[in-house]
Amino acid sequence: MEYKKRNFFLIEYLGRILVTLCGLLMVVITIAIIVFIVSKGIQSFTQNHISLFDMLFSKKWSPNDPTNPSFGAVIFIVGSILVSVGAVIIAAPIAISIAVFTNYIAPKFGDKILKPVLEVLVGIPSVVYGFLGVTLLIPLIRNMVGGVGFSLFAGIIVLSIMILPTIASIASDAIRAVPKDYLEASYGLGSTRWQAIRLAIVPAAKANILTAIVLGLARAFGEALAVQMVIGNTVKIPKGLFDQTVTLTGILTMDMANTMNGTAWNNALWTLAMILLLISFLFILVIRLIGRGGKRA
Amino acid sequence: MNAKTTDKVWTSVLYVIASLVVILLIYLLIVILYKGWNFWDINFLLGTSSDTQAGGGIGAQLFNSFYILVLTLIISVPIGLGAGIYLAEYAKSGRFLEFLRLCIETLASLPSIVVGLFGLLVFVTMTGWGYTLIGGALAITILNLPSLTRVCETALLDVPKISKEGSLGLGATKWQTIIKISIPSAIPQLITGIILAAGRIFGEAAALIYTAGLATPFLNGSAPINTPLNPFNIFRPAETLAVHIWKLNSEGIVPDAQAIASKSAAVLIVMVLLFNLCARLFAKYLHRRFTGTKRKSKFIKRPL
Repeated sequence: MEYKKRNFFLIEYLGRILVTLCGLLMVVITIAIIVFIVSKGIQSFTQNHISLFDMLFSKKWSPNDPTNPSFGAVIFIVGSILVSVGAVIIAAPIAISIAVFTNYIAPKFGDKILKPVLEVLVGIPSVVYGFLGVTLLIPLIRNMVGGVGFSLFAGIIVLSIMILPTIASIASDAIRAVPKDYLEASYGLGSTRWQAIRLAIVPAAKANILTAIVLGLARAFGEALAVQMVIGNTVKIPKGLFDQTVTLTGILTMDMANTMNGTAWNNALWTLAMILLLISFLFILVIRLIGRGGKRA
Repeated sequence: MNAKTTDKVWTSVLYVIASLVVILLIYLLIVILYKGWNFWDINFLLGTSSDTQAGGGIGAQLFNSFYILVLTLIISVPIGLGAGIYLAEYAKSGRFLEFLRLCIETLASLPSIVVGLFGLLVFVTMTGWGYTLIGGALAITILNLPSLTRVCETALLDVPKISKEGSLGLGATKWQTIIKISIPSAIPQLITGIILAAGRIFGEAAALIYTAGLATPFLNGSAPINTPLNPFNIFRPAETLAVHIWKLNSEGIVPDAQAIASKSAAVLIVMVLLFNLCARLFAKYLHRRFTGTKRKSKFIKRPL
């Protein structure tokens, strides 16, 4: 047999360089996204001389007004915050209950049924959630409350179902990580199962459950199509749960194609994208801070 | 109320919540399938869509979805695997690794619309391609790289140390060990992860609206490859199935927009469920094969 001489050192180093480049590529992509979005986003301040103060604190959004256009982002930010916080308020308690349930009440049911159910719920594409919202939820709201049905409330419900699996799976990991000794020690002190869960186990997993909730909030904040399809997309601060409003992601999906590149309107939209990006950094920062606090404790 | 009753009450409350979540999913699935009944009709699945007349199909959209999926996997799997290998085998803890992890975390939590807008800036405007299949594929590659990297990294870290050490002890180089030992024994986890990623790619829409576009040219298999009419030309605009559903809902003027959207949603859900099922069955099959519980495997047995 002929032995083919190969330069193993060369292959070794080439391989190493190749995979290192793949790692580097992730860094390059991340930096590129930040640089491109931010450099486009600050154009409304550098080119169109819109004041940052107006942008962040004005409620008036009339970018196509020929004489006196204004570019207040408050409505979009408030809309996004309302809908995502609302979704978390509904989803978090349910998700934490499920996490407790799968770990302590009925592990078999949780493992065999609930876990696959959550996985399928994660897998459903967001347009399908939006579509379900339009065909099921909107007519329901229209019949029960009146009005058009497209509302902040519809957005909250759709989003809460979408982020439920995210929160539940991370919270479940958090609760699983609590040593079983906690339960046994509580039993030894004469507590019931519920008392052990409420007073020992959930508090012990608090930091990671909080991380789960923030991740859910981040996902809700960045979700675009499902919310845009049901929230009504009227540019105003909602007067109530059943009023229409609009989100940052919603205005971006709808208006970016309607505007000419380089106009003040278009640049203002890029600024909104930049705000969205910065807020998602804020979430990462919060998660890191929680993680650090958890480690110290 | 004494402690024992409270315990019983809360236990039942948790049972009710858990059951409600299960019922909710079943209800949603039934509604989607019921509303989109008859979605398997071949004239619908393969028919051409019309912007104005009723009775259109989703042939082109379905093809585009699959084509973008394949393109995305071709681009993202090697990069994700490479980055996974780097993180699992080569990276040394330090400033750079910490920064790399921060970058991956940042990428993973970016809203998909932001990635879509980045795609619009780079793959559509800067390159001058306009809305293209390849632009869409690159945008969802960015979206999926973090999770793929994580899947590859954990799969490689799960390979028993003993097999790697055995290989190194026999005189293999590190790279040979990775290629011949680590990757083959991580294959079950890798494939499962990739199939699950495929399900997500298939349903993605927000990142595609501004990269692959909202329209599909009238496809014709016999057109030359460099024209937008050829289905395999990667430099043509392509509306995927998920984007189609969104478009029908927001600006559809076809009389049967509702019916088409319902059926498309059913097709999309069935596909996603299939991906999910495939991942599960495949993982089970490979696990059985690799652990040699049924018949002898030619691969290394994993220590239990």
